[in-house]
Amino acid sequence: MKILVCISNVPDTTSKINFTGDNKSFDKNGVQFVINPWDEYALTRAIELKEAKGGTVTVLNVGEADAEPNIRKALAIGADDAIRVNADPKDAFFVAQQIAAIAKQNNYDMILMGKESIDYNGSQVHNMVGEMLGIPSIVPASKLDLIDDSTARLEREIEGGKEVVEVKLPFVASAQQPMSEPRIPNMRGIMTARTKPLQVVEPVAGETKADYVSFSKPEKKGGVKMIDAENAGELITLLRNEAKVL
Amino acid sequence: MSVLVFVEGFNGEIKKSSLEAATYGYQVAQQLGTSATAVAIGEVHEEALAKLGEQGISKVLYDADSRLNNFVADAYVKVIAKAAQQENAKVLVFSNSNIGAAVGAKLAVRLNGSLATNVTTLPKTDGGFIVTRSVFSGKAFAEVNLTSDVKIIAVKKNALEIANAGSGPATVEKFSADLTDADFAAAPKETIMQDTSGGVLLTEAEIVVSGGRGLKGPENWHLVEDLAKALGAATACSKPVADLDWRPHHEHVGQTGIAVSPNLYIAIGISGAIQHLAGVNSSKVIVVINKDPEAPFFKAADYGIVGDAFDVVPKLIEAARGLDK
Repeated sequence: MKILVCISNVPDTTSKINFTGDNKSFDKNGVQFVINPWDEYALTRAIELKEAKGGTVTVLNVGEADAEPNIRKALAIGADDAIRVNADPKDAFFVAQQIAAIAKQNNYDMILMGKESIDYNGSQVHNMVGEMLGIPSIVPASKLDLIDDSTARLEREIEGGKEVVEVKLPFVASAQQPMSEPRIPNMRGIMTARTKPLQVVEPVAGETKADYVSFSKPEKKGGVKMIDAENAGELITLLRNEAKVL
Repeated sequence: MSVLVFVEGFNGEIKKSSLEAATYGYQVAQQLGTSATAVAIGEVHEEALAKLGEQGISKVLYDADSRLNNFVADAYVKVIAKAAQQENAKVLVFSNSNIGAAVGAKLAVRLNGSLATNVTTLPKTDGGFIVTRSVFSGKAFAEVNLTSDVKIIAVKKNALEIANAGSGPATVEKFSADLTDADFAAAPKETIMQDTSGGVLLTEAEIVVSGGRGLKGPENWHLVEDLAKALGAATACSKPVADLDWRPHHEHVGQTGIAVSPNLYIAIGISGAIQHLAGVNSSKVIVVINKDPEAPFFKAADYGIVGDAFDVVPKLIEAARGLDK
């Protein structure tokens, strides 16, 4: 079983979000970067499947050199090797093209990633990759099991319920809870990760289709109006007459 | 050229988020001096489709193939791509649902188009086609220029009001694509629908009542459910509550759960960790009920009550039941 897990390098969930250069780019200054939390569900599930059935887990990042600490972290958690496509991940279409190009060279049995990244929240790359490769994409999947060597069983969240999908390998799936419980690397994992292969490749010719022009932040809220717990019912009146939401 | 809107049904009716997409599509069509057509798939009442005229839709292409009652990405993409071609659509509008975002991404590849999801504004069309989208889990907005000839937009839920354009009913035309068995290769084996608290879908709800660890155990969830029922709301929960299996994961809102953007979000016994806020910060009005006056959630709230949920919530239920509808 050859599994490809795509990860993105994103600001930590608690980061303050700021922009620089006339609000044209994200301000990385003082920001801690992490493996996209959704991608961690995919990574952990891939490692669990490898442990159960044998095979390899390759981690892929389309990004610049500053993503390498988190690529090493993925290796420390249990991936076998890694590929970094050395490019600024400008938009989803460009990233999907890079992933598809790597996938075409390597015949993976499954390509996993998170349901979306917590920075650009696009939720596009997985379906684009599936379409580019002409294989099914199951998005978002909350469960993933192998029935046999050529078939997987997934649960997909839909609005108001879930679907059970059985699909032939290869396929693309995106992960969300409760697919797996993310792991923390242990000391042995951290030591071995240093010597695991991390291959850096240059991007294939790709195109962007969505240009980020500028960023802004939402207006600050006006402050909280407190209501005495003794007169809690007053809240309902305010929500109807003042906030006009009831 | 024209604008094509994909509308989704639920229990035969058109989802609120799709009426928002139809409104968006009509307004873009007005900007571009063209008309808006809708495409609908699967089980939707024809009267509901004709009523899309109220949002300004002039024509609905309807594929009633019963194999499409469940979402099958490849088949849906084929139907919508054919409709886009027939109508010479240059702008395709979806709701930012799981279905809308999935089909949009595949169509972006198939039609060589530019895609923006989570869109909150109509396009600025002087010198490009620039839309605003919600990014960084609601902590920022980005302006994006869609540079391809075909533009695909998934509109964030509850980002714009459904507008009544006041036109007559839309004409409904039967439509079909030549689907083959291969298009159903990844069709679901089984669909399991949940009990959606009185029929209100969490992602479609205008009001959400959400509970956290402050409720002390699943046996106390009747407080959340009764308040939700009295307000016609959907129910949700925080991540720890889902992790403890007090509530199912599909109710978990937050950074790694579902993002919601209702008109009113009521948080009971949730402290408001930054990861929780990331899933609810697009809500128009936030109410926080917590016995800890230092709970960080109060900083993000519009209304707050410091008090014990077991005292406060019954009072709210009583007041909500007393409202004339």
